[in-house]
Amino acid sequence: MIEVADLRKSYGRFDAVSGVSFAVGKGEILGFLGPNGAGKTTTMRILTGFVTATSGRVTVAGYDVFKSPIEAKRSVGYLPELPPVYPDLDVMSFLDFCARIKGVKSADRKSRIDRAIEKARLGDVRRKLIGRLSKGYRQRVGIAQAILADPPVLILDEPTAGLDPQQIIETRELIKSLGGDHTIILSTHILPEVSMTCNRVVIISKGRVVAEDTPENLTARLSGKGAVRLEVRADTREAFDALREVEGIVTVNPRGMSSGHTILELQAEEGKDIRAAAARAIIGAHIDLLSLSQVSLSLEDVFLELTTKDTAVISEVAPAEPAIFTPIAAMEPRNREPEVATTPPAPAEAAQVENAEPKETN
Amino acid sequence: MSTFTNIGAIVRKEWQHYFGSPIAYAALFTWNALFSVFFLFALNYFLEASMNPGGSMGGPPRPNINEWIFRPTLMNMAVVALFVTPMLTMRLFAEEQRQGTWELLATSPITDWQIVLGKFFGAASVYALMIATSLLNFVAVFVAAEPKPEWKPVLTGALALLLMGSCFIALGTFLSTLTRNQIVAGILSFCLFLAIWTLSWLDNPMSSDPVKVLAYLGVTGHMEDMVKGVIDSKDIVFYLSFIGFGLFLTQQSVESRRWRE
Repeated sequence: MIEVADLRKSYGRFDAVSGVSFAVGKGEILGFLGPNGAGKTTTMRILTGFVTATSGRVTVAGYDVFKSPIEAKRSVGYLPELPPVYPDLDVMSFLDFCARIKGVKSADRKSRIDRAIEKARLGDVRRKLIGRLSKGYRQRVGIAQAILADPPVLILDEPTAGLDPQQIIETRELIKSLGGDHTIILSTHILPEVSMTCNRVVIISKGRVVAEDTPENLTARLSGKGAVRLEVRADTREAFDALREVEGIVTVNPRGMSSGHTILELQAEEGKDIRAAAARAIIGAHIDLLSLSQVSLSLEDVFLELTTKDTAVISEVAPAEPAIFTPIAAMEPRNREPEVATTPPAPAEAAQVENAEPKETN
Repeated sequence: MSTFTNIGAIVRKEWQHYFGSPIAYAALFTWNALFSVFFLFALNYFLEASMNPGGSMGGPPRPNINEWIFRPTLMNMAVVALFVTPMLTMRLFAEEQRQGTWELLATSPITDWQIVLGKFFGAASVYALMIATSLLNFVAVFVAAEPKPEWKPVLTGALALLLMGSCFIALGTFLSTLTRNQIVAGILSFCLFLAIWTLSWLDNPMSSDPVKVLAYLGVTGHMEDMVKGVIDSKDIVFYLSFIGFGLFLTQQSVESRRWRE
């Protein structure tokens, strides 16, 4: 349905996109991931015919975007990063205008507009000026506009940005329900969104594709690098001492401490299960073990692994937060000695420990 | 067929913007107020001249209504057009750029030419409405005057005013593509229109050939014959080429954006 071959776009000396290739099959939902400035928006803008590429080939629904732009554009519904809406029009007039320029036949216009309004849940603001709507509603007007002409391909640039949690869930469900009939490319910063909605992920960084796979395969690719998370009733020093003797631990990273509880993340040697040994060591040292869990690598970790070079730097500033938002702990210094790493908490970490306090007061 | 539907959709939307905001009303009001002022001055002047007792036997001929009222009013409105048309054109592309709605237009299945023409006709039709409403000032003269004045020169004069203003609109549309700030577009347009208007002053029998060429480009000079009721094809060709050139620049500017952005 969408084929992109060796796409390049340069602005003067700067290459925004340098040789991106991928393909999306009919009915697939492709997640487009990458840090800011990676070239996601530029690639999407080329696909929709908003800008021209320096070189490369793009076909959408069988039409070459550069050779037959009008036919290609007719097959694409596009939601740009900022919803392209006129604040001085009301929702109905705006969608009516969109239907006209998108070539919807006048006989179908009313039913198409009603359908888009229903899918984007805009029923209660039909006659409101778009300028008076909240950000979330404006975003929905943008989505309504994209699906209005029922195009086979949808390109959505950060469709859930700026929405509240309830709206985010609704939008994701809408996108999922549109998959199958429509081929969708969506870009996002929110990684769980990709695993929730997409069949396949393309990660791009610095204008290049660095990975392309299903969300499951991408996470599986780095499995075995998973960490173990421990919560114990002891201070960091005691816990460190207890774990010193356990075989197979590469690093121990404090992840937070509050009123006598310490959370630690243990990095194991590859392919080694250290859970039992770690539990035994803690209990053997007469420390209360409150919880122990395997932290599987989230897509976030894969993402950081692929798009950043210096993971060690990241681990230093890693905040004490739930697992899914925590980048993987120092993977660089892979020391073979079993009892490494028990570095006492650095001042920076001590500061985070303070930050964790208010949690308990609730 | 779809070409006209697409252009029509843009025209329709531009009207929604014009009349959904104070712009159209401000332009209509300014235009009609100044038209009435110029008309009343001309009428007054005409009445004084016709009261002149010397006029009965062997004196100067009775003043002619077309010559004394309609012609000066329409010529004066050319200058008003210079002030009012930037109000209509400044936001055409600048505002789309600023709001990000350009991305919607540029990714819809319509051509750049259809967008450019839609915007031009949108502005030009509001301007045509301004002229049409202001001509109502003349109705009383047609009802009351005896002998009746000629109506044909009024129509050709109005056409001249429309064509001349459309040149400004075409150029203003182009200037609006150059910036995302509509105020900047408006000021640029106004300055350029003023410069073009002054070109007509250069037209006198004493001037050298290069100066005559410049004077030829002054859009107001080409109105004079038409306001007298004479349609000369060379004036029409001049106006249409001027408009065509302005729209061509607009389309080129819009297309070049696909490479720059």
